[in-house]
Amino acid sequence: MAKPTEYLRVTGLHAFYGESHILHGMDFVVNRGECVSLLGRNGAGRTTTLRAILGLTGKRSGSVMMNGREIIGMPPHRIARLGIGYCPEERGIYASLSCEENLLLPPQVGSAGMSLDEIYAMFPNLAERRHSQGTRLSGGEQQMLAMARILRTGAKLLLLDEISEGLAPVIVQKLGQIIRQLKEKGFTILLVEQNFRFAAPLADRMYVVEHGQIAAEIHQHEIEEKREFLQEFLGV
Amino acid sequence: MEIFGVPLPALMGQLMLGLVSGSFYAMLSLGLAVIFGMLNIINFAHGALYMAGAFLAWMGLTYWGISYWWSLLLVPLAVGLIGVVIERTMLQWLYKLDHLYGLLLTFGLALVIEGLFRYQYGVSGLPYAIPDELSGALNLGFMFLPKYRAWIIGVSLTVCLATWFIIEKTQLGAYLRAATENPQLTQAFGINVPLMVMLTYGFGVGLAGFAGVLAAPAFQVSPLMGSNLIIVVFAVVVIGGMGSILGSILTGLGLGVIEGLTKVFYAEASSTVVFIIMAIVLLLRPAGLFGKEK
Ligand SMILES: Nc1ncnc2c1ncn2[C@@H]1O[C@H](COP(=O)(O)OP(=O)(O)OP(=O)(O)O)[C@@H](O)[C@H]1O
Ligand SMILES: [Mg+2]
Repeated sequence: MAKPTEYLRVTGLHAFYGESHILHGMDFVVNRGECVSLLGRNGAGRTTTLRAILGLTGKRSGSVMMNGREIIGMPPHRIARLGIGYCPEERGIYASLSCEENLLLPPQVGSAGMSLDEIYAMFPNLAERRHSQGTRLSGGEQQMLAMARILRTGAKLLLLDEISEGLAPVIVQKLGQIIRQLKEKGFTILLVEQNFRFAAPLADRMYVVEHGQIAAEIHQHEIEEKREFLQEFLGV
Repeated sequence: MEIFGVPLPALMGQLMLGLVSGSFYAMLSLGLAVIFGMLNIINFAHGALYMAGAFLAWMGLTYWGISYWWSLLLVPLAVGLIGVVIERTMLQWLYKLDHLYGLLLTFGLALVIEGLFRYQYGVSGLPYAIPDELSGALNLGFMFLPKYRAWIIGVSLTVCLATWFIIEKTQLGAYLRAATENPQLTQAFGINVPLMVMLTYGFGVGLAGFAGVLAAPAFQVSPLMGSNLIIVVFAVVVIGGMGSILGSILTGLGLGVIEGLTKVFYAEASSTVVFIIMAIVLLLRPAGLFGKEK
């Protein structure tokens, strides 16, 4: 197997919201084509990590290297243009846009994004609801839409925040299948999760986040033996 | 022919005048609504920039021989540019603060701009001739319609509807709506939101400048023309609600017409009718006719 190439490297990342110091030196790596999961309890700082990578928090320090480039000083729109797709925890579907307008909103940030037809084949519900107002979609549909909308853009790195949260088991299952398809297509995925059972079969590696730092790294082959510890730790 | 005891030509005349005022209300409240949505700033300088637009047209013609038609194109660009400078040097620092700061700053700016023109030109008002192509009137059979009034109504409707179309039906408009609703996320998708905010302010005040050029031949060009108008326009915005583009256009036109008709039927109330309607709307629908309740 070829030596993995680093796609995202976060080193000593500190981030603040106003005066509150939230991230205290995050260190982790995501290799090209990998699916890496950030696990942690509520308030551990996982969402903040994604937002800090994108430049959406307050003051930041440390280093974020994306594909060999330092991005910590860049404004968010330039960071995104390097090929990052973001699916936020609150889904971020726009009420003032229809379903299809939501889908077509994010500009092209890379080559070879999925076509609208491919996306509708992957998410048939969205095709049916294309003219509905974005926020009239059901919770599951909104989650699909939030995912689908970053697949069109040609982004190669996907930052997905708790996509399985609050959804019915069938939909969670469907999302699992989609993540697998995306891995086959060569996407690099950073999966923030609290749902260990959802993340375990998908992740190549996992990091446990606590108090704004990486507390542990777990490789795929260790996941089974640490399952009990992790489930207890995450309180599920 | 008479309607409720009023001769038809007089009625139609007032209706046209109402539509003319309504056209200005619509253009100005549209700009205010777009700016408020994107910048979260109540732009009190709007009236002053409208006045500056009229003055720039007058100065262009008087000092440099720039025709009305060229002014119609150049003045909005110039006023838009002034807006961009205001946004970059002052407004951009206020977005995270309460509305009140933006309101106070733009109110101060309005006083400064007005003061400058007052100092230079006094308050008596300067005439601006209607361009030859648009002078005279059309005989519609039941009334004489001054061409320039028809032009104001037609052009401003076109501009308003074009703005509505761009915002509601195009990709650029989708960016605008998205950035208005959730600027951070929109920027995280790779859209240059700070640039859009700057251009939105430029566009909004450019629209006020455009209205100023249209107004120059219709009214006297005077340093006070902006503050007289903007008070009514703010009432229009309160009545329509900040929420909707089409709403501010319709409310603007509608109130102009109501004002015009009030002149015919009960002239004493014509200058207060808008405020009476505002009070009623505030009692019944505080978010405005087209606004979204929070
Ligand atoms: N906008 C904000 N302003 C101030 N503090 C914030 C803000 N957002 C989050 N925090 C704080 O930062 C800490 C980490 O929050 P974060 O959302 O990153 O946690 P998380 O790991 O994603 O957990 P969750 O399961 O709640 O999503 C929390 O203590 C939270 O209170
Ligand atoms: Mg979170």
